[in-house]
Amino acid sequence: MSDISTVTIQSDYMEMVKRKRLYGGAMLAFFALIFVSGFMLADSRNAGGFWQGIPKVFDFPKDVWKDTLPKLDQLPGHFNTYFPSLIETINIAAVSTLLGTILAIFLSLFATRGLAKYLFLIGPTRRVMDTLRAFPEIVIALVLIFILGGGPVPAMIAIAFHTAGSLGKLFSEVNENADLKPVEGLSSVGATWTQRMWFGVIPQVAPNYFSYAILRFEINIRASAILGFVGAGGIGYELKNAMSWGQGKYDDAAAIFILLFATIVFFDQLSSHLRDRLISKGGH
Amino acid sequence: MATVDMFQNADRMFARKRWFGFAIPAVIFTYLVYVFFAFDILGLAERARMDNARVLVSDMYSHKVQVTRDTRKGTIAYSVEGERKGAYPEGQRPDWVSGDEADTISVDLGGGLVAHFLPDNALRVDVPGFGEITARMEGRAVTTNLDPENLPEWASLSRTRLDLTLPDGRVTFTRNKTEAFNFFFGWELFFYTLDSPYHAKGLFSILFGEQIDPTRSNIAGAWHDFWHNPMWRHSEVAWAIFETLLMAFLGTMGAAMVALPIAFLAAKNFTPLAPIRFAVRRVLDFIRGVDSLIFTIILSRAFGPGVLTGTLAILITDTGTFGKMFSEALENVDKKQIEGVESTGAKTLQRYRFGVIPQVTPIFLSQVLFSLESSTRSATIIGAITGGGIGLLLTQAIYTQKDWEEVTYYIILVILLVMLMDQFSGWVRAKLIGKKT
Repeated sequence: MSDISTVTIQSDYMEMVKRKRLYGGAMLAFFALIFVSGFMLADSRNAGGFWQGIPKVFDFPKDVWKDTLPKLDQLPGHFNTYFPSLIETINIAAVSTLLGTILAIFLSLFATRGLAKYLFLIGPTRRVMDTLRAFPEIVIALVLIFILGGGPVPAMIAIAFHTAGSLGKLFSEVNENADLKPVEGLSSVGATWTQRMWFGVIPQVAPNYFSYAILRFEINIRASAILGFVGAGGIGYELKNAMSWGQGKYDDAAAIFILLFATIVFFDQLSSHLRDRLISKGGH
Repeated sequence: MATVDMFQNADRMFARKRWFGFAIPAVIFTYLVYVFFAFDILGLAERARMDNARVLVSDMYSHKVQVTRDTRKGTIAYSVEGERKGAYPEGQRPDWVSGDEADTISVDLGGGLVAHFLPDNALRVDVPGFGEITARMEGRAVTTNLDPENLPEWASLSRTRLDLTLPDGRVTFTRNKTEAFNFFFGWELFFYTLDSPYHAKGLFSILFGEQIDPTRSNIAGAWHDFWHNPMWRHSEVAWAIFETLLMAFLGTMGAAMVALPIAFLAAKNFTPLAPIRFAVRRVLDFIRGVDSLIFTIILSRAFGPGVLTGTLAILITDTGTFGKMFSEALENVDKKQIEGVESTGAKTLQRYRFGVIPQVTPIFLSQVLFSLESSTRSATIIGAITGGGIGLLLTQAIYTQKDWEEVTYYIILVILLVMLMDQFSGWVRAKLIGKKT
């Protein structure tokens, strides 16, 4: 009797495994189908096809290399020329991270249940953050360029808005895990909302805020380089100009590539180093 | 003694904290002051084009219908936003225009403001609360009853041009052209242009009313005219949105597939050979260091503008990120499960399949789905550079500096798209991983 039931259990189990595999396989096949057909569609909609393009991928780097090689001695001079615009790009990223972080702190405190000053503002604040997050930087930047003219300020505002939205969401998640006892203690001695936040919440969450803000800074450097390319100043703008000079003069572009690469690697390393230290020092 | 020490220590700590409490805001403040001058914020206030801002904002929620008299040809044209696509068909005109086109027409701009286009290149405008303004062309110069020394602030007058900009409308007068602009709330001709028979027909009469166009059924015709609206180009916009989505989807998923094997090579516990690991990791660092901007430029040189270029740019950029994140996840897998599978006599591949993959799949999937949303935003930006998707439409509309209502429309679509992707990825994550995010 028991023998039969083991057999049925086994066959039932195998049946289930089979069905699961079938579903998994079907899903995978469906996914592969979508993926391949999507790629073919993208390929057909492109000016140059995939297979014609593949051999040409390294043409441009090769051109740059060829232009730069005989003028290697001029590279330090180019670095000097473009260093100020690199600084501008970094400044855009830094200021927008700073302003975005400050805005995000307020937004997140207003959007966290248990900390919010006005309960009825929790929902609207969250929607505001969602909207800020969904705005691609390029949209705000281009519209502001129309009004304010080219330069670093449109990019700064655009990135700051996006930063406020995305950091605000992360910060409010951090806030939700904050211990409310200090806040209660402070309110029992009659502290105002500002004092409760400043002395009760901020000290708890500051390491996490800082770690997220550093990560965001690194992302913002890339963003400010890209925005420069559409006219918002900084190294991206110089890159666009250098590219438009065309073949034979790519040594400027090469210098900018190197500067940009070095900067990103530097801040990538710096941010992961700082975040490691924060975490090992006992931030959550 | 010890207590004294402790007190002193505490005092010192407090002093240091207090010093930091002032120093950090001071540093931030100094930096902001420096940037204030480095970015030339003061000069910006002068350079800012507030008139552009006004045009932009008013264009975002309103549109104008203009009446243009071409003095040389003696013709009068009526059009929405002054575009050919928005022109009134021959023989039709807005109902706020009256009079005989060969003689005098009166354009009622609302609020008592009426412009009369008189024969012989003359103009009379009734401005409520001000009186009558007349203007005539004498030779090449404008003669008017306005006192040039004492112009009202809404009027501007030069030798060859008179321009009246009032809240209800605008009238301009030059030698070649007399124009009146009437402003209306809302986006113009969003559903149908004026040449479509379905224009100004209600939804009810299209769905249930009589057949409007004898050659086609109401629903098919109405859909066709809406979908191919020459002004808003709904079909092209829908296609562009789809292209952007396609770039984001293919780029992210492709990157996940490419990154998976690379991550195994970069993880310490799966690649004991240090040189390989080191090389793979440096390659990943390099990919992350070369910005997506640079990849976009290089790839668009090879593949030309289009969707594929954007897809590949996202694919390569995300591969760098995923490679790092996946390899970190792989280094944190639980050994016990692998050993358990191994103890049943499993071979290497089976060990991976049943010992590793089930552990890391939820982490990988959640990372991939999470970046789907940010990829949608990058696809917009990359599309603007390589020329594909909604990013291209958006930048084109912005660069023409005219159709701000279209820009607004695209912006709303992009934001909805990103929010939808966010919701969708959260939903899929919750379904697959069974965890609320």
